[in-house]
Formats: sequence, C-alpha cells, structure tokens
Amino acid sequence: MCQTCGCALPDHLQHASTEHDVHTVEVLEGLKSHNDAAARHNREHFDRAGLLVVNLMSSPGAGKTRLLEATIEALGGRHRLAVIEGDLETENDARRIRAKGVPAVQITTGSACHLDATMVHRAAHALSLDELDILFIENVGNLVCPASFDLGQHANVTLLSTPEGDDKPLKYPVMFRSSDLVLVTKTDLLPVLDDFDVEAVKEHMHRLASAAPVMALSSKSGPLDAWLEWLEAGLAERRRPFRPAPSPDGERLLTRPGLPGHLASTAP
Amino acid sequence: MHELSLCRSLVRQATLVAAEHGAPGIRRVCVRIGPLSGVEAELMREAFPLASRHTAAEGARLEMTTSPVRVHCPRCEREAEARVNDLSCPLCGHWQTRLTGGDELLLVSVDLAAPIAAPSVPSSP
Ligand SMILES: Nc1nc2c(ncn2[C@@H]2O[C@H](COP(=O)(O)OP(=O)(O)OP(=O)(O)O)[C@@H](O)[C@H]2O)c(=O)[nH]1
Ligand SMILES: [Zn+2]
Ligand SMILES: [Zn+2]
Ligand SMILES: [Zn+2]
Ligand SMILES: [Zn+2]
Repeated sequence: MCQTCGCALPDHLQHASTEHDVHTVEVLEGLKSHNDAAARHNREHFDRAGLLVVNLMSSPGAGKTRLLEATIEALGGRHRLAVIEGDLETENDARRIRAKGVPAVQITTGSACHLDATMVHRAAHALSLDELDILFIENVGNLVCPASFDLGQHANVTLLSTPEGDDKPLKYPVMFRSSDLVLVTKTDLLPVLDDFDVEAVKEHMHRLASAAPVMALSSKSGPLDAWLEWLEAGLAERRRPFRPAPSPDGERLLTRPGLPGHLASTAP
Repeated sequence: MHELSLCRSLVRQATLVAAEHGAPGIRRVCVRIGPLSGVEAELMREAFPLASRHTAAEGARLEMTTSPVRVHCPRCEREAEARVNDLSCPLCGHWQTRLTGGDELLLVSVDLAAPIAAPSVPSSP
C-alpha cells in the first residue's frame, strides 16, 4: 500500500511513482468562499439602499408566488416592493407579480436547482434598489439546494404547506435551520387534513435548536396580519440609524445568513 | 444538484493554489464536510471528475472526511455530540444549544505535484 496516503486505488502505481514529488499545501478555506464574497457584495448594495431583502424558500408549489400576490394586495401600496423570481424554465411567476403592478426580474436557472449570489447580483442591477423598501427573492422550489447559498438577503423565510406534512423540519434540517421564520401555508386546507399539527412544527424547530417563529396562514382566505407585522418590523429594523452589535451568530454567516430583528449586516 | 457548483468552486480554489506554487498538477484534494453542510458526499464524488475535467485537478483524488455534529449547551456549559435532526443537549435535554461543529464545508489541503525544473514559488496570499 502507498505509504504517503494509504490509497489502494487501481491507479495506485502511477500515484506511487510520483509520490516523492508531491507536497501538501494546507488551505482551510470554505468551499463557498466565492459565493459568500458575492453575497457580501449584494448585502452592501442592499444596505446602502436601505431596503429589506427576504429570501422565500419552499418545496415546489408550497405557495410562494401566491403568498407574494396576497402580500402585494394586503400592503396596498404601503411600501415599494419588487421581486426577483428564480425558476427552472418559465417566466410565469414573474408575469403573475407584474400583473399586480410590482416590478419582477426573472432569473431562469435552466438546470440549476437554486439561486446563487452572482445570479441575484445580476438581477439586482436590473432594479432601482434606491426606490425600493422590500425586495423579495423567490428561490427555486426545492428544500435542499437553496439552503446552501447565501444570496445577501437579510432573512430567510421557509414556507411549509399543510399537505406536505408537519415533519418536514426533521427531514430537511439544513433548510429549516437556516430559516428566520417558518410560514405554515394553506391553512384553509387544515379541515380536510386531520394529521397536520402546527404545534408539532414548532416542536420540530426546537429540536433543531431554532428559535425562529412559526406562523400559520392561508394566502387564499387570510388573515396575513402576523406575517405583515413581521415584515414591517424587519423593515423598521433596516431603517434604524444605529444597528445593535452583530449577534454572536453573526460569525456563522456561511451557513446561516440573515437573522431577523438583530440582523448582522456584514460578514466577519 | 448543487454539489456540481460546489465542486466547481472547489476545483477553482485548488487550481489557484497550484498556480500560486507553480505546480503542474494536483494529486489529491482533501475536504471536510459536516452532516449539516447541506452537501452529500456521494454526489460530490460523482461531480468531482466532471468539474475537474481539463483543469490541473483532472485525475486528482478527492478525499472527504466527515466531522461530527457538536453542540454547546449554555445550561450545563458542556459540549456534546448530537444528531443532525436533534440538536438539543444530549446531556440535559435543553433545546437552545449552539452548533459548534457539523456544518463546515472546507477545503483542507491540496497535494501538489512538484514543478519539473524551477523550485516552487512561495505563496503570498
Ligand atoms: N388552498 C390554498 N391553495 C393555495 C394557497 N397558496 C397557494 N395555493 C395554491 O397552490 C398552488 C401553488 O402555488 P404557488 O404560489 O404557485 O406555489 P410556488 O411555491 O410559487 O410554486 P413554485 O414557484 O412552482 O415552486 C397554486 O394552485 C395556488 O393557488 C393557500 O393558501 N390555500
Ligand atoms: Zn412560484
Ligand atoms: Zn454590484
Ligand atoms: Zn440540487
Ligand atoms: Zn445541557
């Protein structure tokens, strides 16, 4: 067996013949450093413009676009909104947002199952950030990949629709651990789903050591009050002239982007 | 599958290291992956040959080590190993723990082939 690395691969001989010419360089660098640098750049843009940026994540069809439509209606022009839409193929979601009179930039990811900070940067430059209060990013419908990429957002909101079952946080801990708010959607369906328990979602979030609030709503029948209050509070926080010192979690930006309320605005 | 894009940045980082050292090739790339990093080691293994094709990392071995999930409990002030979907303190049951390990996604080291003639240039990052 090769003494240097203990490998026993078929290409062992070739490897062994050059092993004395090999030297090891310690790196210890995050694999996402490229994306994280782009995300920091995005966050600088957003902070300079003083807007709140919210990243919406969920499985496909959990109701992200419908929630945005309902939110636009409920806010009734109270804030200047825009949406960045991530989708594999179509421009449908962006059209639905524009139909409500709100600017929407479509990112068609093609094969990629998530948005990354560079895509969001391009889309952000297509918007007049200075003229906005809240920017929503609708991520690609998928409970796995989007959780791994910081986009420069201030908060992650994960939607969990009632037909999906209340055990999703335990099955997708990476996604739900990165959430600053969990929105249980389609509560109008609860009467026909006898086994969905909103309290269980809260317990599962605690199992993930997350203190993120869990709210339940229906974009169809409302009310959206708690969600709108959460948004307004986040916006007010962004507008505060003096921000509190970053929380101890600020250093964990690599895997846990924004925190609500006490938002760490820059990476270490 | 986001492992392909992560493998691409892994290859980019490793080839940068090789270029800094004037190394003609990369023999081995070592990464550390936590179970809460959101990355599947199996998918990384599949994606690596694709991402490294036609780069200095082509043909290199990808070595992955997994780190345990660890939490620090503010109540009993101890650190312990936990499970991916149960981060409460295994010692006292307290739920508000802080993750101290298990979400890392690190390029640990790169094994470089020595340059043919000239001595290697020291890196200055
Ligand atoms: N009953 C009910 N249906 C809803 C609700 N919200 C969304 N829906 C329906 O669920 C379906 C999917 O909603 P979308 O808003 O398109 O879901 P999405 O998360 O944007 O989907 P993708 O962008 O494809 O991931 C649509 O038929 C919506 O009308 C709700 O609160 N109640
Ligand atoms: Zn949508
Ligand atoms: Zn820019
Ligand atoms: Zn994926
Ligand atoms: Zn404890």
